[in-house]
Order: sequence, then structure tokens, then C-alpha cells
Amino acid sequence: MSKTNLTRRGLLKTGAGTGAALAMPTIFSGAAWAASHSGFTNAPGDSSVTLGFNVPQTGPYADEGNDELRAYLLAVEHLNGEGDGGMMSTFTSKSLDGTGILGRKVNYVTGDTQTKSDAARASAKSMIEKDGAIMISGGSSSGVAVAVQGLCQEAGVIFMAGLTHSNDTTGKDKKANGFRHFFNAYMSGAALAPVLEKTYGADRRAYHLTADYTWGWTQEESIVASTEAMGWQTVEKVRTPLAATDFSSYIAPVLNSGADVLVLNHYGGNMVNSLTNAVQFGLRDKQVNGKNFEIVVPLYSELMAKGAGKNIEGVFGSTNWSWKLQDPGTLAFVKSFGTKYGFPPSNAAQTCYAQTMLYADAVNRAGSFNPCAVVEALEGDSSSLPGIDSAANHGFVFDGLGNGQTMYRASDHQCFKDVLVMKGKSNPDNEYDALEIVEVTPVKQVWYEPDHPMFAGGDLGACNPGA
Amino acid sequence: MDAIILQILNGLDKGSAYALIALGLTLIFGTLGVVNFAHGALFMLGAFCAVTVQRILSLSYSVLDETKKDFLGNPLKVDTHYIEAWFGPEIGASIIDWSVPLAILFSIPVMIAVGFIMERGLIKHFYKRPHADQILVTFGLAIVLQEIIKAYFGANPIPTPAPALFTGSFDFGVLIGFAENAITYPIWRLVYFIFALLVIAAVFAFLQFTTFGMVVRAGMADRETVGLLGINIDKRFTIMFAIAACVAGVAGVMYTPINSPNYHMGMDFLVLSFVVVVVGGMGSLPGAVLAGFMLGILEAFASMNEIKQFIPGIDQIIIYLVAIIILLTRPRGLMGRKGVMEE
Repeated sequence: MSKTNLTRRGLLKTGAGTGAALAMPTIFSGAAWAASHSGFTNAPGDSSVTLGFNVPQTGPYADEGNDELRAYLLAVEHLNGEGDGGMMSTFTSKSLDGTGILGRKVNYVTGDTQTKSDAARASAKSMIEKDGAIMISGGSSSGVAVAVQGLCQEAGVIFMAGLTHSNDTTGKDKKANGFRHFFNAYMSGAALAPVLEKTYGADRRAYHLTADYTWGWTQEESIVASTEAMGWQTVEKVRTPLAATDFSSYIAPVLNSGADVLVLNHYGGNMVNSLTNAVQFGLRDKQVNGKNFEIVVPLYSELMAKGAGKNIEGVFGSTNWSWKLQDPGTLAFVKSFGTKYGFPPSNAAQTCYAQTMLYADAVNRAGSFNPCAVVEALEGDSSSLPGIDSAANHGFVFDGLGNGQTMYRASDHQCFKDVLVMKGKSNPDNEYDALEIVEVTPVKQVWYEPDHPMFAGGDLGACNPGA
Repeated sequence: MDAIILQILNGLDKGSAYALIALGLTLIFGTLGVVNFAHGALFMLGAFCAVTVQRILSLSYSVLDETKKDFLGNPLKVDTHYIEAWFGPEIGASIIDWSVPLAILFSIPVMIAVGFIMERGLIKHFYKRPHADQILVTFGLAIVLQEIIKAYFGANPIPTPAPALFTGSFDFGVLIGFAENAITYPIWRLVYFIFALLVIAAVFAFLQFTTFGMVVRAGMADRETVGLLGINIDKRFTIMFAIAACVAGVAGVMYTPINSPNYHMGMDFLVLSFVVVVVGGMGSLPGAVLAGFMLGILEAFASMNEIKQFIPGIDQIIIYLVAIIILLTRPRGLMGRKGVMEE
């Protein structure tokens, strides 16, 4: 299923295209790209353009995938001039006007990743080859995102990642055709650590239970680094099978380990079950080392928080965004989404909506659907985030999509923006009110250099426009 | 020592679920000769009986609270449970709190009906077909059932807590001479273990000490001869299928406070339960129970850090490893009988 369709001729064309792209002077701007609407994979006709939304529609993350899909459909509506326009009115880049993308009506196709890498690659391949999708977007698993990002790079289409939190997506597995708006594990650690220190103190002993795959490993590494930097000790790091459903035999050893904090590097059903099991074992009622035992869930999802019920009360974690923010972009998006669907959007939905808008805006600014033109537009110019002294601080800076001032960093295609530290709410008003915002951590605090050891080993490479 | 006792308790607890599902599987295989891959789905349906009862008891009406706003800035809809309005807030809340135990009463007739319809409507047409056909049709049925549940209840886990009386943990260590709080164990997991023992004992007693059970055992041993005696053994086997479905269902109901139910939970248990049946010996009820508890305990021990440091990843393969060793040394499983699933 994952076999690529590169032929010798295709390879030569791709190579030539890539070589030409590399040889182009940086002055080659949108106007120049606009001269050509051919010579790249799935160049659209004059009337419409097709986007491919690849989300888990079946499997354990289907609810999250469906929320992402709702956001994509809303974004398509707004791009085509339907509905109330959502965040188009608050987005600081003003290239979008409700007439589609570059005057073409936006159509879409959807694929089901099933949260499996091979299924996700197969559905993305089908959308590119059979449906003519020029951009693929979607997520809910880093393993899937990395696999699909690699496929899009080979095929010569843009990949706008949905929910993917592993450092590797824009670290060792980064690709020139891939872009991530969502935050990452390093940022979670950097945002959470000061809050944890302030709340629980610097003298703590942490026990990690970690999902045994790429996302879990990078989150564990990030949280261990950030908590040890403030003085915490790491008692044990235990890997748990991704397929595990009952965590009792992993929780039991925590009881007498001398640890006074349990960090659950789990997501989705794993998180719901491990947190529920930890609470059942009375960890939250325990006193260890003269302190109350605490639990931390570094990556939160609103949908999964619902599943954990009351067990989540008082537990700290982090998110990319929350519908409770009060900036104009968030207010516009929540109104638009809530009016259409009857409930507030998740942070997975917000990142997917934002990615669709960012892609459409980049095409409009570039004046071309050519992936290399889009890459250039998303990498921006010399704009930078204020207050950050770094040679890597340049890219495409924008605001109004719900996260405050944000930058797509040119060097690794990772978005840099504020990160939210959240806490399980004690008396939620309704099922969508499970989490409350504790702190909006400024982007400066979660900044890292592109050659940071946790992100080392990858090469962005050159953009691939395909055939 | 305390860590070992904790893992034994964990193993017994995991083993309870394995044993209950494997017991039902063996009942069906032993009586009808059908390899029922939909048995995990019956466990899942039982769990969703608990979700259904919780939702029925939590039915509510909305009143607009002008003093509060919802996420769109409109007056907040405040839900009040009918049951609290009818019986008063305290009694109503108590009834909702006890939704899982109450769901057992609901699940018994539902699961018996499901089992009866399943056997009469589908399974009976496959009695004389090869085991491969039976596996395919029951596996297909399991997928259909879980997709129906997902379409109605969604893919996310749904919290279904135990009654407040049974939440929290119990100081088990004090009972056996350890210091206070040295060995604490969740109360509901102990309840689940005791419940499993009672159900297993009831099934064995039913088969051992009733005329009906005696006929069923005779039918399991020699179906043709029992038939020649003028006994409608098919009817009794249909009832046994319904009883097996009921055992899986109530096991599912009681499991919901341990892990929030989701549509996929049956599949999570199915493969392990089949390994339990094979290790115990195809068609052997005591073998299924013994293997269920044994593999549960081994799985719990394999998850200990001390073991994992010595053999990384052992927690993921221990059950299959033990299954291979047992089947190599005892090809019919621990308590398997000659002639079952053999030409």
C-alpha cells in the first residue's frame, strides 16, 4: 500500500523541478510563480481545486477525526464565501476574500486513516492519484503524520499536518513539503514545568508511564528534561504497550516506588484508562515524602478529558488552543463552529481549520498552487517574533487565527506561538467544560533553536513540486 | 513482597475478566461446536447495557438560566435529571450513582435475548459448516455490532463510575499483617474478582447439580446418543448459548467502572480470551477458568519493572510465549480432552 509511484521519468522531472527550484533566486516571488499553473502534481484547472482531508473516521480516534473533519468543512465553506466567514475576518493576512483559492472553488475529498500508518498512506495516495488532491491535511497520531508527510514529499504535494505532537514531525522527520501548526512535546514541557514548579515545588520525584511509540518517547524525553532542569528527580521511566487497556499492573509499582508525581505520557484511550486506573488505586489520596501525590497529563485533548470524567479534576496538562480564549479569532471561530454544530470546537479542530486557511492564504499570496511557491509563501520573509533573539527567528508571521501572534518558522516549518497550560475543572458546567486555562505561556518561553538535540538528525531538504 | 502481592491481586483481577469470557466461549464451543468470534462483542454489549442504564437514569430536562451564559453567549441550559425531580435530589442522585449494579438487572434479559436471537438467527445456519466459516461469520458479526455501537455512542470512552460506596481503595495489607497503606487495592476490582468467582461457581453448579445441566453435559459428551433418547438437545444448547451470552454481558457490565467502555473493548479481550481457551484446553470449562487466572497473573508479573529490565518487552508477549510452551508440551492444553477439534 505504501509503494510509491515514482517512475524513472517522474524522478527525472522531479529532480529537474527540484534543481530548478534550488537554483532560483530568492527574489523569485509570487508574481513569477503565477506565470505557471502547470509542471507540478495535480495542477488544478481554472474552475476548481481539490483538497484532501485525511483523518481517522473509524478506529479509536474517530470522534477526534470527525471533529477535525467538521473544521475542514467549515473552512471550505468560508473559503467559498459561504457562512459567516469565521476567522477569515480576523486573520491578519488579507488575501482570502471568499472566492475560493486563486478564484477557484474549493472542493474536497476525505480519507480514513484508521489511525494506522499504512491505511493513512493508502488513503492519501488515493486522494492524490485518483482525486487530484493538491494538498493533504489531517492528523491525530504522530506516527500517521510522519508517514503521510513522507508520502506527500515524494508525491510533490503539500502536507498541512493536523494534530501531531511528536518532536519528530518537525524534527528528525521534517520535510520541505510538510508544515505543522500544532505545538509539540518540547513546547508542552517548557510550558508545564514552571507551572508545576510553582504549584508542586522543585523537590519532587516523578514516575513516567509512556506509550511505546514515537510520540510517547519524545514527550517523555521532553518532560523529563524540563522537570529535571527545575530540580525534579526521575524515579522510573516505564514504557507501556500502545494496545494496553488495563494499566493496573503498571500503576501498582508506582505505589511504593518513592515517587510523588505520576506523569502519564499517554493520549486518547490510553490516557483515559491509565488516569482512571491511577485514581482507582488511590494515588491522588496518597501522601508520599510528606507531600500530596500528584498526576500530570502533559498533552490534553478536550474529547478525551470528557472520557476521563471526574478523574481529571485538578490534573495539569497542556493544549494548543482552547475555545475559552477570548481573542477575536477564537471568538469568531467558536461562534461559527458552535452555531453550525451546536458545541464548541476541540483544539484538534482549530489546528485543522487554521491549516486550511494558512494553505489557502499561502497559495493566494504566492499566486500559484505550485508546492514550491506555497512553501516559499509559508516560509515568509524576514519577519520575526518580537523579543526572541535568534538567527532562526524568521518566517511567516501572522495573527487572528486564535493563538495570538504566530510564526511559521522557515527553518523547520514549525509554528511558534503561545501554549496553554490547562487543568481539569472541579465543577464543570457541562461536558465541554472539563478543562480550564491556568496560564497562557508566552511563545518566548517555548522557543528552541532548530538544532536543539531533541530535534536533531533531520533534514528539511528541498521542496518537491512533483511531476 | 508487597509488590508481588499487588501483582497477584492484579493478575487475579485481569484473570477474572479472561476467565469469564473464556468460560462463555468454552460453553458455546463445548455445546454447539461453534468457534464464536463474536463473544468479545457480547462482553462489549454488556458494558453498553451499563451505559444505556446510566443514560436512561440520567434523562433530564433543560431550564434556561439567564444568569449564566453558554459558549456562544446565550443563556445557559441547565439540565435537571427527571429522576431527581421525581424522587428528590438525594434519592435521585443515589439511584444514578448505583446505575452499574442496576444495569446487571437490565443486562440479564437483554443479553439472553441477544444470545437467543444470535443463535437462532445466524449461528444455527453454520453448525455443519467448517470452523473457518464459523469464524468468518462470527467475526463479521462482531464488527457489525461494534460499528452499530460506535454509530450510536461514538468512539470515545464513556465514563461509567462505580457507586461512591465502592470507589477508592482498600487497605489489603493490614489484613495479612503488613504495615498500614503498604498494600492498598481498588475496592471495585476486589468486587469484580468476587463477582467473577460467584458467576463461575454458579455456572459450574448449574451444570453439575441440575437435571438441565446434566443433560447438557451428556450432550457435550455425546450429542447423538442424547438425541436418540428423545431429548431435544438443540433447544438446551440454544439456552446454553443465551446463558453464555449473559455471562459475557454481566462481565461487561461489571467491568465498566474499571475501564470506561468503548466500542472496541470486546476486540481487546477477544484474542486473549481465545488464547486462554486454547491454553486451558478446547471444550474444558475448568481449563478455561484455570488458564484465565494463570495467564492473568503471568501477565501482571511480566509488567513488573524488575522483569522488564531483565527481558525488555516481555509484558507484550508473555501470554503468547506461555501459550506456545504449553501447546508444545501439552498439545491439548492444560485440561483438554482427546477428540475435541481433532479429526
